[in-house]
Amino acid sequence: MAEQTVQFKVFRYKQGERPSYQTYTVRVDPRTTVLRALEQIRQEQDGTLAFRHSCFHASCGTCGMKVNGQEVLACVTNVLELGTPVVVVEPLDNAPLITDLVVDMGDFYARYQPAGMPMIRESEFLPDSQVPEGVEHHMRLENCIECGLCLSACPVAGSDPLYLGPAALAAAWRMVEEPRGRDPATVLAWVDHEHGCWRCHAAFECSEVCPSNVDPAGAIMALRRELTRRKIGQLFGRR
Amino acid sequence: MVQERQTYGLIRRKGAWSWLDVRGRRLGAWAFALNRLTGLGLVLYLVIHLLVLSLLTQGESRWNDFIALAKSPAFLFLDVVLFFGLLFHGLNGIRVALVGMGLGVERHKTLFWVLMTIGAVLLLLSAWKVFSSPAT
Repeated sequence: MAEQTVQFKVFRYKQGERPSYQTYTVRVDPRTTVLRALEQIRQEQDGTLAFRHSCFHASCGTCGMKVNGQEVLACVTNVLELGTPVVVVEPLDNAPLITDLVVDMGDFYARYQPAGMPMIRESEFLPDSQVPEGVEHHMRLENCIECGLCLSACPVAGSDPLYLGPAALAAAWRMVEEPRGRDPATVLAWVDHEHGCWRCHAAFECSEVCPSNVDPAGAIMALRRELTRRKIGQLFGRR
Repeated sequence: MVQERQTYGLIRRKGAWSWLDVRGRRLGAWAFALNRLTGLGLVLYLVIHLLVLSLLTQGESRWNDFIALAKSPAFLFLDVVLFFGLLFHGLNGIRVALVGMGLGVERHKTLFWVLMTIGAVLLLLSAWKVFSSPAT
């Protein structure tokens, strides 16, 4: 594929003004990602366009946005592979909008804290390999990159602002699954209410859009299974 | 130190429309949307059903008039639509209940198609029964 001209219809919003869409024409090559195209727009056409990014390789989770209605990481979304002459770029849903494509992730991040999820875990990928001297275990970062795509894609989060959301519930399940010395009961109590894991209605869209294979929907169902198991146990006098 | 956070006026939250906005979404979201629609449809049907039954209090002729209408092909088609709603909502409800208890989560799509295949067979049988039963 040679260079092509693609139109970008970009959501624009500055506080105090009405939201609108602005269209930019951009020359893209087969390697151009949506994030690169947005950078090109900002550098060559409109310096007021605001968006968030950092790592450029799907590790930081900061460039989450909606492209042609789909929640994606803009840094790994190839423009020409979208196959549309007009690419619609919008901010994530279900989070307060700050400006243009930038949403406030404060509440989203804050919901991880009660789950108490540490950033690193024992790696399950190297069970037979030799651990280097001075290292106790192979460790790795948790899968979730806190991009917020799942919260934006969730139809329930769209109608229930108090819903804890897929990412926080997935974090809670990680804590229950691997407590690392903490009491899972605290986390289970945190999710066991109408705006917690019981609010999910199994649309599975969170797991579909997750760029990091966290499978939040599976985690939510695992939380329910665990809570159900404990409640049934309590009925029969078991803790 | 607790920082006072700035609040912003605009949140792109679709409300109940987010249940039904399936543009670009996948199987689970479609099933979720259709479950909501059929659920609302069944509630509406119950209300209409009770209203229709209240015709019984208005005399035999009103009731007989309604029964004549209920035997028309258009009305019978609505019966098939009702069966579709019942079957989809019930069978998908089984899937949601199973998955919600942590059963078959990894195979929820397969579960959906198996149940929908059963539903399609039952719907065809229902439609055949509705349209082939002699008018009495």
